[in-house]
Amino acid sequence: MKRFFLFLPLIFALVLGVVLFAGIGKDPTTLESALIGKPVPDFTLASLHDPDLQLDNSLLKGKVQLLNVWATWCPACRDEHGDLLWLAREQGVSIIGLDYKDNRDEALGWLNTLGNPYQTVIYDPRGSLGFDLGVYGAPETFVINAEGVVLYRHVGVVNRKVWEQTLLPIINEARGNG
Amino acid sequence: MLRLLPVLLLMAVTTLARADVENVYDFENLSQEQRFQKLTEELRCPKCQNQNIADSAAPIARDMREEVHRMIREGASNDEVVDALVARFGEFILYKPRVEKRTLLLWATPALAVFVGVLAVLVVVIRSRRSGNTEPALTAEEKARVEQILAESDQEPKA
Repeated sequence: MKRFFLFLPLIFALVLGVVLFAGIGKDPTTLESALIGKPVPDFTLASLHDPDLQLDNSLLKGKVQLLNVWATWCPACRDEHGDLLWLAREQGVSIIGLDYKDNRDEALGWLNTLGNPYQTVIYDPRGSLGFDLGVYGAPETFVINAEGVVLYRHVGVVNRKVWEQTLLPIINEARGNG
Repeated sequence: MLRLLPVLLLMAVTTLARADVENVYDFENLSQEQRFQKLTEELRCPKCQNQNIADSAAPIARDMREEVHRMIREGASNDEVVDALVARFGEFILYKPRVEKRTLLLWATPALAVFVGVLAVLVVVIRSRRSGNTEPALTAEEKARVEQILAESDQEPKA
């Protein structure tokens, strides 16, 4: 028994080592969304392209879609734009845009210049839907299932690696279940 | 005077910045204002993760402050404000985690650590007392020898 006590510090150090090692390489700035498993909050906002057209939750129902939060003031959004175009055009992914705290003219100019990967763009100049979604830094990309429920949120740039390793498996599973 | 100019300019700028922060939120009474200050100090900014939303200059922290302000003005309780923000941003934003089954270990750890520490000290003390009582450090014979050696060394002239 006495000998066991001698090993206590070693055991303590090993346990601490394992716990700390598990944290290495994890990005503490990406948080899991609080909305996972919950429907997208109710909203009524105008379309970016047509100020008279009011959009609501029905837009996010019917099929598995991505909801991409972007803005022209966000450099990382420009970074991911090419890959979003690739997703929409080559992979046939339906992407809804949420133009977050942005200026309509600048946003339209951005889409005209760089191309438009979005089925529809929700215009949220005050960031109200973004706030309800818990958006804390654009770009963010939500996977929404056919019932309009949030399955996953990715914070940061969506590139091919993120698509293949993270988003596609979730979408495939959602399509299989739906 | 010319030397003082940059200093004065700097002072003018800092007072302006302070005025900006303090004038944005007005309340009906002091208790509302105090609740606002307490809540914004206990809520964590999801963007600047080591700051509360009272201190953070991130746009999202400003939005959260505005929501806290709006809800307090509309008569919401502290719990309602915290619940509304946790529903959006998750429990990550709570600097003070809720006491529930899942967080019990977290809350109990300090008390457990103190308990284990006290226990360890007690065990050590009791053990040393017990062993001290049964066998004295020196036998009578040894004691006599120690005294003899000490007496001899006292008599020896210091070199």
